[in-house]
Amino acid sequence: MATIITRRDTLRLGAGAAAIAALGEQAAAQIPRADVAAPKLPIENGATLRVLRPARFVEPDETIFRANTAKFQAATGIETRVDFVGWEDIRQQTAVASNTGTGPDIVLGWAEDPNVYADKLIELSDVAEYLGKRYGGWSFLGDKYGKRQKTNNWIGIPFGGSTGPIAYRRSAVKEAGFDKIPNDHGEYLKLLQALKKINKPAGFALGNAVGDGNGFAHWLVWSHGGYLVDEDGKVAINSKETIAALNYLKELYPTFISGTLSWGDPSNNRAYAAGDCWLTANGVSLYFALKNDPAQRAIAEDTEHQALPFGLVGKPPQSSLILNAMVFRHSKYPNAAKTYLQFMMEAEQYDPWLTGCLGYWSHTLRAYAKSAVWDSDPKLEVYRNGTDNQFWSGYKGPISHAAGAVAAEYVLVQMFASVAAGQATPQEAAREAERRSRRYFR
Amino acid sequence: MTATFDIASLPRKRTEQSWLVRLFDYKPFLVTICLLPAAGLLLVFLTYPLGLGIWLAFTDTTIGRDGKWIGLENFEYLFEDTIFWQAVFYSVFYTSVATVGKFGLGLWLALLLNNHLPFKSILRAIILLPWIVPTVLSAIAFWWIYDPQFSIISYVAVDVLGVRDKYFDFLGSAWPARWSLIAANVWRGIPFVAISLLAGLQTISPTLYEAALIDGATGWQRIRFITFPLLLPILAIVMTFSIIFTFSDFQLVYAITRGGPVNSTHLMATLAFQRGIPGGNLGEGAAIAVSMIPFLVFATLFSYFALARRKWQQGESND
Repeated sequence: MATIITRRDTLRLGAGAAAIAALGEQAAAQIPRADVAAPKLPIENGATLRVLRPARFVEPDETIFRANTAKFQAATGIETRVDFVGWEDIRQQTAVASNTGTGPDIVLGWAEDPNVYADKLIELSDVAEYLGKRYGGWSFLGDKYGKRQKTNNWIGIPFGGSTGPIAYRRSAVKEAGFDKIPNDHGEYLKLLQALKKINKPAGFALGNAVGDGNGFAHWLVWSHGGYLVDEDGKVAINSKETIAALNYLKELYPTFISGTLSWGDPSNNRAYAAGDCWLTANGVSLYFALKNDPAQRAIAEDTEHQALPFGLVGKPPQSSLILNAMVFRHSKYPNAAKTYLQFMMEAEQYDPWLTGCLGYWSHTLRAYAKSAVWDSDPKLEVYRNGTDNQFWSGYKGPISHAAGAVAAEYVLVQMFASVAAGQATPQEAAREAERRSRRYFR
Repeated sequence: MTATFDIASLPRKRTEQSWLVRLFDYKPFLVTICLLPAAGLLLVFLTYPLGLGIWLAFTDTTIGRDGKWIGLENFEYLFEDTIFWQAVFYSVFYTSVATVGKFGLGLWLALLLNNHLPFKSILRAIILLPWIVPTVLSAIAFWWIYDPQFSIISYVAVDVLGVRDKYFDFLGSAWPARWSLIAANVWRGIPFVAISLLAGLQTISPTLYEAALIDGATGWQRIRFITFPLLLPILAIVMTFSIIFTFSDFQLVYAITRGGPVNSTHLMATLAFQRGIPGGNLGEGAAIAVSMIPFLVFATLFSYFALARRKWQQGESND
């Protein structure tokens, strides 16, 4: 996966970068920005940078990111190398870089990682505050994940977020007697029952699926007003709200397509594309895979997106997986690193990247809501403010490593799955989830 | 003068030479020198990781943070952890059922292959295929075969033959998922057993069978009193390997179910990985891995000392 930008590549990328630069200025023109002086960051002599980030979602995610990096290299003369590593591996590699004090200067890691390694990172407040002022402020989750907990100091630069609203077939929902997805739990259950009756069932992952499984489990808990931990980080999952959510799932589960207990992350995409499943929750990848496949065009046209049903909380009970950049203290060129992050977030670079990613990443700086990508397809609307969702992994507690571990260990997913499978009563399942969560929040 | 010089210097040279030679003739030194590379490799690549694993099991190390010594706390937690006990149960169950299956079918296959068949070598090569294919690839194939929506078995049963009206839900509930994984493991393990036992079968001298035939032995008696006892030594070795491989299996289970549904198919190895790497709890993961050691030691000792005993092989009276 690791790729080094050689001189030859730079030349080739340079040409591409020029094209993107022209495109960038054109596209970025509609991004409103305030006239704010950029922080003064004298670049160290002989600076070089190594950047580590997760593998791409879609091809432009990588090509435009590389082109932007080449542009940075051409503009500043700082030799910069970007390595792409697998999704599952980047956490471990971040940990190793942090522990050993060597390796990449910048890591674009996941959500809470900057807070986990807070002591090993340099503060980025100057860059973050400048960007915030210039581009209309940071979104809710951008702000939440960028700052060190309980302080106003920035230790991360959130690049984007990926969220999973409902994707459904308009024709099926209409046939079931609904115009859109109801926000009320009772009505929503009726919709799913009606879908089951006309043999066009819904399906949500209840297997060990890190993204989809946790997204669904979080929705169940949050939409009932429950939460994993309270404001102080004390485990509070064993509550009457959780029991209500578990009882609700018992009614919801029989309406699903069979086999969701063994679903992994790709399963719902496959079942939806095959026309077996008519309503699910997913990132925009589901829609784009269909849209780009001529054979599936009809399904894509019939597909609509909507935020997850509000339930009792009056706002979408969903979060967003944040791509979060951090600069390690072991970097010999902190100013160069900060300059790089700032450069990548400026409209001339960021907007083409955002546009190229087709909505896979939702922006974190509010001004980018004006980006052309969001008007390119009306079905992307729900992803536009994906990082303004008011929930986060480990809600309501402080951002912590423990919340990530609970998600990686499928604690909530398995709580629901055990009740759906009839292996445990709601009370037993909630108690078990509490016991397991306590192990991490201690 | 010069002569005395020469005479004085010569013996000294000779002793110098013989000092090196003596050193290399000194057996303990020579043994040490020769063993050093091997011992070094073992220390670096076997003892150190094993020791580190055992050490980690007694600490609260997580990914990203060094741990401190916490004694038996990890084991105490695991002792009360139903998921851990489920994994222990399934590891033992998976190993015993899959081993019986593999050896039953493998022995049968070996006996068939031992006959004179046309295209014998090609047949034997084909039989080895499941074992040659990287495990992850066969795991992915089985993952599709067991898929709730796109299973070929469901397709044939429902859409082609019409004998069922619902798709099979192989991995959706605990017991079907467990049996499905065992079936995949048996499929994968048969060739190894069959080919190893075939090698053993071919060392048995045909004169024994001829003698038995003259004595009027039936087919079953020939297997029971000639084939089986003479095969036992190799059976013991193959079984030891097979038990160890099966017990510490990881790829099949992780690629097909990730331990689901609701942890019912976690083996100790997959649970150790799940807790240690994605869960980030290295100490606890190591503790689970260390808990596998007694089972493996027991299995090895059982195979060596029980199956390889002469009395079992050649009857009670034969010492």
